[in-house]
Amino acid sequence: MLQLNQIHKRFNEGSPDEKIAIDRINLTLKAGDFVTVIGSNGAGKSTLMNIISGGLFPDAGEVYIDGKNVTNMMEYKRSRMIGRVFQDPMAGTAPSMTIEENLAMAFSRNKPRTLRRGVTHKRREYFREVLETLHLGLENRLSAKVGLLSGGERQALSLLMATFTEPSILLLDEHTAALDPSRAELISNITKAIVDRYKLTTLMVTHNMQQAIDLGNRLVMMDKGQIILEVNEEQKEQLTIEGLLAEFKRIRGTQMASDRAILS
Amino acid sequence: MKERMITLFTAIFGSFEAGIIYAIMALGVYLSFRILDFPDLTVDGSFVTGGAIAAVMIMGGANPYLATVLALFAGFLAGCITGVLHTIGKINNLLSGILMMIALYSINLRIMGRPNISMLNTETAFSKIENGFEKIGIDDFLNSLLTMVGLGDSLPETWGILIIMIIVTFVIKIFTDWFLQTEIGLAIRATGDNKRMIRSFSANTNLLTILGLGLSNALVAFSGALIAQQGGFADVGMGIGMIIIGLASVIIGEALFGTKTIVRTTLAVIGGSIIYRLVVSMALRIDFLDPGDMKLITAIIVIIALTMPKLLERSKEKKRKARRKAERLSLIKTSVETEGLNVIMAPEEGKGENHAAIKSDS
Repeated sequence: MLQLNQIHKRFNEGSPDEKIAIDRINLTLKAGDFVTVIGSNGAGKSTLMNIISGGLFPDAGEVYIDGKNVTNMMEYKRSRMIGRVFQDPMAGTAPSMTIEENLAMAFSRNKPRTLRRGVTHKRREYFREVLETLHLGLENRLSAKVGLLSGGERQALSLLMATFTEPSILLLDEHTAALDPSRAELISNITKAIVDRYKLTTLMVTHNMQQAIDLGNRLVMMDKGQIILEVNEEQKEQLTIEGLLAEFKRIRGTQMASDRAILS
Repeated sequence: MKERMITLFTAIFGSFEAGIIYAIMALGVYLSFRILDFPDLTVDGSFVTGGAIAAVMIMGGANPYLATVLALFAGFLAGCITGVLHTIGKINNLLSGILMMIALYSINLRIMGRPNISMLNTETAFSKIENGFEKIGIDDFLNSLLTMVGLGDSLPETWGILIIMIIVTFVIKIFTDWFLQTEIGLAIRATGDNKRMIRSFSANTNLLTILGLGLSNALVAFSGALIAQQGGFADVGMGIGMIIIGLASVIIGEALFGTKTIVRTTLAVIGGSIIYRLVVSMALRIDFLDPGDMKLITAIIVIIALTMPKLLERSKEKKRKARRKAERLSLIKTSVETEGLNVIMAPEEGKGENHAAIKSDS
């Protein structure tokens, strides 16, 4: 489904600030895999996400989605196959447009956009149906502007918009980090339900170790642009935060230095 | 008194006629400024391009309707070029508009061959319409109505332009409303609202920006072609400050008629354009002001419209704060009287607890 082949990315090449962001990373996600990615700040998690989505292009290496080489494909073309939820709840929706208009734009993701009406009667019924699965009552507010929703509601809507067209890959970029704990848990649960329902191949970056352990069937730990630990399905069942930290110390020889890694 | 009524009617009639034609330009500015969030100064140039093409073609004997439609396409092209400069050339949006405006000044001069073309005594789209209306007798009928209510001395030359332009402008309004609800239209709106989001839903934001600016300037040039024919001349300076007039119409309209839906907002923009013309014609009736002051008046209208909401908000906020402070003071006063100093200490304790909580979280 998703295959990263010897990806290499450097920033500010040739200047004193040169930094290796991604160092020869290989990663393969099989159909239905849900991989969580943890790592301290600057480990390269976000860069990796951007390389997959097409926001950045790698210096070397290839990205394959569904067996197709998309390494140099433009972001907007690639996003036909990729659903994405950002950390910022404001980033995934258009605030001055209504809920149904936002859903209509997401609905057009994998089809050519035409001069047909965006929100038709039939589509509105369908949107109502999918919104009901969120259990937030948004199905009764179809013509409300998205800017009026709370951060949690907007993030839930973003998640739904990113997923209901069943993309080949779902990228979640710390999508619960900007929410308060109860909202974050709600979005976590919705994520789990949606990924299960559509059997989506998912890559999720998180700072929250507990979330990384609770969600998904595989776990990857990154540090300084490299994948330093891969946990498979059987190992992940017995994984604990203490175990992860000990593992990090064993590999790197130092404590995991992160002010943002939440140990809750 | 009666004389006053009559001149007032003439002023209002003139404002409506001009306002409804300029409304098409204002709809164009609404597309770029509000929908795409792109303050597009190309407008000052493309408006003239429209007028210039119409004038040159009409004086060359071409069909005035054809000339008007061609002006529309020229405007589309000009807008697209601005879009390309911004999206592919990565030039700042204001600057790409200014560059295009300056370039168009020379191009417009080339099109016209001289700075001013008069179309008096030539058949334009409007003179055709006027003749048509005279034949049907609608003018006579409406004028007899006016005479009945005592305005017989101020009969307008023709009703044709007003009536036809109301129809044309509303057709364009309905087209705009429809277009902004289509799949492509939604994507254009999202491009102005949240680029990153719509890109993540497989929309080519560069292409959409170019298309949006093209459509915007098509409307502007169309309006320019019509204004040139209504006034009977095209002038290379007729577009100066057009963007500000467009903005004034959009802002006045939105403030007076609301922006709840697209359909409502486009109607508001048309209303804003007519009201702007009314305000200007009223202002010009003051002896002290002359037509040269019009741009200054427009600029002041826009400045007031842009700053007032913020100033109002700030003074409201100040009042709210003052009220809250007064409430708190009176609360502390009463509690000191009843319970002594303990109450004043309490918030201190609360603060300490909060601090601890934040620490344990991080």
